[in-house]
Amino acid sequence: MKTNIKYGLLAFLLFISFQSYAQSIEQLVKQVRERLDQVVDYEADGIMKTNVSFLKIPVSKVTMYYKKPNKLKLKSASGFSFLPKGAVNINMNQLLQDDNYTIIDEGTEVWKGVNVRVAKLLPQNDEDDIVLSTLYIDPNNRVILKSKTTTRENGSFELEMKYGKYIGMALPDKINFTFHTKDYKLPKGLTFDFDDGKKTSGIKKNPTKGMAEITIKSYKLNKGVSDQVFK
Amino acid sequence: MWGLLSIELYKIAKRPRTYIAFAAIAAIVLIFQFAFKADGKSYMDLMLQNIQDNFEVDKKLAINGYFMCYLILNTLLVQVPILVALVAGDSISGEANMGTLRLILTRPVSRSEFLWAKFIASGIFTVALLIWMAFLSLLVSTWIFGVDDMLIFRVKGDESQILQIAANDVLWRYVAAFAYAAVALMVIASLSILLSVYAENSIGPIVATVCIVVFLTIVSNINVPIIDKNVKPWLFTTYMVGWKGFFYIGTDADGMPISGSVENWASIRNSISILLAHIVLFFGWAQYAFRKKDILS
Repeated sequence: MKTNIKYGLLAFLLFISFQSYAQSIEQLVKQVRERLDQVVDYEADGIMKTNVSFLKIPVSKVTMYYKKPNKLKLKSASGFSFLPKGAVNINMNQLLQDDNYTIIDEGTEVWKGVNVRVAKLLPQNDEDDIVLSTLYIDPNNRVILKSKTTTRENGSFELEMKYGKYIGMALPDKINFTFHTKDYKLPKGLTFDFDDGKKTSGIKKNPTKGMAEITIKSYKLNKGVSDQVFK
Repeated sequence: MWGLLSIELYKIAKRPRTYIAFAAIAAIVLIFQFAFKADGKSYMDLMLQNIQDNFEVDKKLAINGYFMCYLILNTLLVQVPILVALVAGDSISGEANMGTLRLILTRPVSRSEFLWAKFIASGIFTVALLIWMAFLSLLVSTWIFGVDDMLIFRVKGDESQILQIAANDVLWRYVAAFAYAAVALMVIASLSILLSVYAENSIGPIVATVCIVVFLTIVSNINVPIIDKNVKPWLFTTYMVGWKGFFYIGTDADGMPISGSVENWASIRNSISILLAHIVLFFGWAQYAFRKKDILS
């Protein structure tokens, strides 16, 4: 009897995993999109920590606004701030807003201990700014954990998302946004600096790569967002 | 001593050249404020040109009162020594030129007290000039441009950096910076008094002070390793811009600014000590020379 239960359980698990594996990448992307479609608009409050070698800036309070189909705005909630321009790519909804892309199944991968399905999205519209997007999808929770996007004019971006209490709406609690920057150089003598004798660490951080970490504290979902916010 | 000091302050207040300094500062500050109100964006575009592809920056908020004050001080504190020299350089030589020096010293006043009164009066004039500058560049700028976080553009070794200081962490830095500037300008005042002791007319010490300051400032800003190492540490002009040290905010391992901190306190303390040592040297020398001086005019 016990052996039969064991075999039965094993068969069930194999069936489940087979079903999961057998699920086409198109279906999975569609499911992700359906979850994202539940969100009509949101206003998210959070904090942003920027890590760029030449910028010594404090953590800033930010508010992120989204409105269907593709409006997204990141605003500083506490006055002056450096806001990464590629923030528009934080918007997964925009990426998956229509069916005008070709999906290539890149198989499975283990990413940070999670078995993910990898999908490459190639927009069919030649005019589109996005050239290629690679999505790392958690098939169990049907959410995007990571994306790599190459654009025609705004370089490449990488996004990593961690989910918490808003996973049901496929909205992340934490977003790590990695982007390329140019090295910042001012001509010597322009700023009449005081040499305080403090040497630089010697270990220069990569001057061409920057990172912004946005931790969302709360979302106001589907409560309506004025179009004025996006101007 | 108070009587002597009152007389010296009265003399300074009565001289039209005293007000040239206040008028010059007002003119420069107002021109700066007008220029940045009209087209400050161009300056920000220049300073941020490398990063505008990656970051959205509200330049209107970046050009705020705190930023303007820093920019104005950066320019003005190079010129203010000339204005201090106008008054301090005239202190002894002006009396000699008018023939009043011998007359004054026939009164029951020691030469040392007399020179101290001149020195303190020059100090009060310098502080008044700085208060005027603070009023125009900080208070008026915050009134015109508003208040927000402050940006500092800096070249440190081979690296260029942008520092952002939270608005609520700025004011104490200005108080400290103006206090530092007062000490730095007192070096100029004491040098002028020293040169004034040796002169019989005002033009000589004023021009000599200006020439020394301009020459040493140029040397202090030449970026040649041999000069950096062997010459600059000995020049007081190297430490004149030390007030900026209060705006070089300390950062943690992730590069996040630490509120209320400065990057290198030791360096600021060292700079103040060196400037104070120069004041003691120049004024002590002036005292010695004045006591030994044959007063013939």
